[in-house]
Amino acid sequence: MDAIIESLPLYWNGFLRTLFLSAVSGVIALLAGTLLAAARVSPVAALRGFSMTYVEILRNTPLTIAFFFAAIVLPRLGVKFEQFEVGAIMALSAYTAAFIAEAVRSGVNSVPVGQAEAARSVGMQFGQVLSLIILPQAVRTVIPPLINILIALVKNSSVAGAFFVLELFGYGRQLANSNGDQVMAVLLGVAFFYLLITVPLGILASTVERKVAISR
Amino acid sequence: MKAFLTRRKSLLVAASAALALTLSACGGGTGGGTNPKPAEKPSFAAGTTMEKIAAAGSIKIGTKFDQPLFGQVGLDNKPVGFDVEIGKLIAAKLGIAADKIEWSETVSANREPFIEQGKVDLVIATYTINDKRKKVVSFAGPYYEAGQALMVNKDNTDITKPEDVKGKKVCSVTGSTPAGTIVEKYGAVLVPAATYSACLEPLRNKQVEAITTDNVILAGLVDKEPDAFKLASEETFTKEPYGIGLKKDDTEFRNWINDQLEAFGKDGSYKKAWADTAGTVIKTAPELPAIDRY
Repeated sequence: MDAIIESLPLYWNGFLRTLFLSAVSGVIALLAGTLLAAARVSPVAALRGFSMTYVEILRNTPLTIAFFFAAIVLPRLGVKFEQFEVGAIMALSAYTAAFIAEAVRSGVNSVPVGQAEAARSVGMQFGQVLSLIILPQAVRTVIPPLINILIALVKNSSVAGAFFVLELFGYGRQLANSNGDQVMAVLLGVAFFYLLITVPLGILASTVERKVAISR
Repeated sequence: MKAFLTRRKSLLVAASAALALTLSACGGGTGGGTNPKPAEKPSFAAGTTMEKIAAAGSIKIGTKFDQPLFGQVGLDNKPVGFDVEIGKLIAAKLGIAADKIEWSETVSANREPFIEQGKVDLVIATYTINDKRKKVVSFAGPYYEAGQALMVNKDNTDITKPEDVKGKKVCSVTGSTPAGTIVEKYGAVLVPAATYSACLEPLRNKQVEAITTDNVILAGLVDKEPDAFKLASEETFTKEPYGIGLKKDDTEFRNWINDQLEAFGKDGSYKKAWADTAGTVIKTAPELPAIDRY
């Protein structure tokens, strides 16, 4: 236990780094994922094809491959960034965006098709139908799975620890090594700090779910 | 439906063919390293760990699976390296042949728990002896003394000693002793990687200035690409005595292993183990360090 108390500053550093990675990647992934979902249901075939290809590739390959690409392959091709966090955020957002796109798409599909038809018959354009009629209704169904994806993102950010970014899990390994007599305590401490991020997200999910439940 | 079934059948056939191929490819590998001759019916005092292990006819040893020259698992799934050889020598003294050893991977963080939970009888895994660890496990040895060093790009001239890395980015493996030292003592900015070989890319791309870990591991990396990298200096700046971890306070077992280590030092098997593994890269053969019978 004293190992945890002593190392609180280090844990805190790791915690903040994990929070930062997750938050920035989460925001980028939400934007990109929504755009991908819109492309997926758009009337333009090329957009649909691009979105489907992207989502299927990213969703069906391990996250480590995305990381490998961002942290090792890109620099090889001459794309270098000063901060390794940039690579980590690229990998995490690209990967998570695919899952968010799927969640949003399923939400869009949950809106009865009559709604879209009615909107079209009033003379709305595709953009209007999507932004005024479909998405506001879809969001309600989508929020719980979205929060699930964000919880997964927080945990996935630990992969960055193997790709040059010192985050919570990385600090945890460091502490476990320097406190050989309290490995279990140190790792429980790491788990606690992850829970500090993920449990509130889970509570938020259930609250929102109750708030926006639609009776159909 | 019928079409679907036949497709499934053909898939099954293909899968089993692939499996058969894989299995035949896996078989027949003798593994690297040597096979020391096991002792004939060694006898030990009743109730000792040595007796229990010898009676069981197999021993569980934890080692690293990704540490070149010391404990590394190749494509044939068998670990090779200096640590592995030491393990085989000890097993042989217990009358256990090399193929009867159950190897398991002990990464840095799970070495103590594995010993405490009895998942392994011994840990021989570039395991630095230190006081905190002595609180929960016991150490035989040291059987080798490594030291931390720095590896840089061939054309680097501004890093020759550890003080030179202050505020610079240095790559090392997450959760290793050298990673801690370079940050706490020398104020470097740590860039963590999963394995030492993963550190090579950022160094090559000049995204980090140096890689740090024990000199023996760096020597293995430099040896693979002598035109790209070099050691910043031959001098090491820490002492990392590698010990053999075992259950805390099993003094009989510890003393026995220490006796064996001293015997290996005398009868040449220590030198041979080195020559067969790390000695292929590191030309200066080590002497067995003074055993610490604390």
